[in-house]
Amino acid sequence: MSDTAIPYMVKPNPVTGIPNGKFAIWLFLASEVMLFGALFSSYVLIRTGAPHWPPEGGLTSDLVSVPLGTLNTLVLITSSITIVLSWASCKLRNLKMFKVWMAITILLACAFLVVKYFEWMHKFELGHFPSHDNYFAIYFVLTGLHGLHIVGGIVVNLYLLTIGARMWNKDPEHFTNRVENAGLYWHFVDLVWIFLFPSLYLL
Amino acid sequence: MSVDTHAHATDSAHGHGHGDHGHELPFWRKYIFSVDHKVIGIQYAVTALVFLFFGFCLMMMMRWQLAYPGQPLPVLGKLLGENNMPGGVMAPEFYNQLGAMHGTIMVFLGVVPLAVGGFGNFVMPLQIGAPDMAFPRLNLASYWIFLPGCILMIASFLAPGGAAQSGWTSYPPLSVIAPAGQTFWLLSMVLIITSSLLGSINFIVTIVHMRAKGLTFWRLPFFVHAQLVTSFLLLLAFPPLEAASVLQLMDRVAHTSFFLPSGLVVSGEQLKVAGGGSPLLWQHLFWFLAHPEVYVLILPAMGIIAEVIANNTRKPLWGYRLLVYSVIFLGFMSFVVWAHHMFMTGMGTTMSTFFQTTTMIISIPSVIILTCFLMSLYGGNIRFTTPMLFATAFLPMFAIGGLTGLPLGLTASDIYLHDTFYVIGHFHYVVAPGTLFALFAGIYYWYPKATGRQMSPLLGKLHFWFSFVFINFVFMPMFFQGMAGLSRRLYDPTVYAHGRGVQALNVVISWGAWGLGLSQLIFIVNFFMSLKTGEKVAENPWHSTTLEWAAPSPPGHGNFLTEPVVYREPYEYSVPGHANDYSPQFVAEG
Repeated sequence: MSDTAIPYMVKPNPVTGIPNGKFAIWLFLASEVMLFGALFSSYVLIRTGAPHWPPEGGLTSDLVSVPLGTLNTLVLITSSITIVLSWASCKLRNLKMFKVWMAITILLACAFLVVKYFEWMHKFELGHFPSHDNYFAIYFVLTGLHGLHIVGGIVVNLYLLTIGARMWNKDPEHFTNRVENAGLYWHFVDLVWIFLFPSLYLL
Repeated sequence: MSVDTHAHATDSAHGHGHGDHGHELPFWRKYIFSVDHKVIGIQYAVTALVFLFFGFCLMMMMRWQLAYPGQPLPVLGKLLGENNMPGGVMAPEFYNQLGAMHGTIMVFLGVVPLAVGGFGNFVMPLQIGAPDMAFPRLNLASYWIFLPGCILMIASFLAPGGAAQSGWTSYPPLSVIAPAGQTFWLLSMVLIITSSLLGSINFIVTIVHMRAKGLTFWRLPFFVHAQLVTSFLLLLAFPPLEAASVLQLMDRVAHTSFFLPSGLVVSGEQLKVAGGGSPLLWQHLFWFLAHPEVYVLILPAMGIIAEVIANNTRKPLWGYRLLVYSVIFLGFMSFVVWAHHMFMTGMGTTMSTFFQTTTMIISIPSVIILTCFLMSLYGGNIRFTTPMLFATAFLPMFAIGGLTGLPLGLTASDIYLHDTFYVIGHFHYVVAPGTLFALFAGIYYWYPKATGRQMSPLLGKLHFWFSFVFINFVFMPMFFQGMAGLSRRLYDPTVYAHGRGVQALNVVISWGAWGLGLSQLIFIVNFFMSLKTGEKVAENPWHSTTLEWAAPSPPGHGNFLTEPVVYREPYEYSVPGHANDYSPQFVAEG
């Protein structure tokens, strides 16, 4: 598309020690920290301003399923490991194993969403919509936005697994960098959940 | 960024050099969906200029209602429909829509896209000697996310109940119960913020990674430093507003109560929501964005002023390193002053004292920057070209804007001045004769680079003098109105007795604004006429030192004919013992 030679697409830049793409993904994650940071701050502010939390009384753990949340936490942590293994396979120049690990990562991500779907549906059946009270408002916004990030990750990983993998023949190093960047993003999405789980399910 | 880009990059390195291309791109790839930073920069700039004029037109209509409250607006009154203009008289709801949209359009669709999207995209890669941005396709995407956001914003005028009408700050609970236009506003904001996020990532990677050989950080033109700091502000300050927009959207669409307190009564009836939310939370999230946003508006402008002043005084900038340190410090501090917009909310004296202190501290680097510019003029052999006229006018105008801000930053005096026309006068002096004059300076200064022709100096000078006189007629009287206590959001300024005493000034301001509007026609004529009739120029018509003037005018795809190498600091003008009074960064022996 572009005729001009863009430097440091693959090779690291001497100033930062990383290529363009990796630098960009770190900057993107910095802005994501601000996005989720703003939402967590809103949560803290609303919660500390409430006479009781959750507003309708009782305990948070009565309103959500802690076992399902724990299961999802394990699913996501495992997927973080498998995406590292897929990147390591690229580093070892083993495309086949990359595909295996990446496929497992995607399946785990889908499993997470399926569990999330049943959790949401159960709440809707009980009439617990976002408008019910501010606990459910913040619950649905935070888990919903996190879910969208999971969907985004699945799309990127699917691309890398299928048409994106064609790059392997031309430039395996560039492709490996891309897998690493996708992995950085995936770890971040995982990390957000590590904060979400205790603050929405346990506390 | 992508497979294709890289593959082509390798090809072009082997096949042919920069600026020499085997094939022509089709029209839509070259000018519409272009990946060339210069084309995207011009797209941003032209879009922004159109919206600036549109936003200004909204204000010119409001000025009729303020000068002649309750009188039918000639001609336009009939055209805008019975809903907005019953009997040709502006309806209060329509007045509120115009006010909210004027603010939103000028800031988010006008000044930021012009200063960052326009100038940043066009000038910055040239100044650092890069062939393009680090991610050309991301750049393309950021413009094409921005444009639908703008269209959605404008389209909201057609929504049932009209456009957003809760001020550009969209304070809840009013904004949550407002008609559908507010939902358009929020969605459009999410698009615009996403676009600026992509843009800022691209800018930072480009500036850090793609500088030409020899171009160290201390050799970067000040404009590039300003853009770098601005990009960090965009990157880190905008996501909280994105979060806030999502929460407000939930309040409006899913009937949550993030920003709605318990027991809220609307039109005599208690609102049927869960309650327990906090309207103050929105203000915190909004101003956490919107105060750094102020510096997003002013820093690129300062960058342009630095370039124009150094070039036209024919001497190095005074205190270049001091300027850079100040701009970085400004960037950091801009994140901890936001609640000085909220002294009147009752958030508590401890908070107010903290933010009052940080606000006083942030004025120090601003004063340093202005002082450096002023000192740069001293002893210079000044050429009063059109860009320089705008740049010199910027200094006192920005100073007035800045100094009148101090009483607003102190809690005691803010109690009296808050939400009066004094505030309007203050921030418009910063943004209109401040930033906008700087942006005009930039347009006159880089127009030859973008088009290969000069803009007419005569029309340019006419444009400057008319604008300069009229703009002071518009904003200076507002200080007096504000000190008389006139509230900034009144539909009818004569409704209270204390407003009637300063009503005559409203007539002056309105005629000033219409005069200012007419003066811009000179600019529009000049802008288009010079494309055909402007004097043709070579690479470096201003005899400047920075890298963008090494490229042809206009630069081709890939920018430079040979890869530029940088040998010296950015503003080496009038070096003793040299034949020329300028020693460009890109020339080995000066």
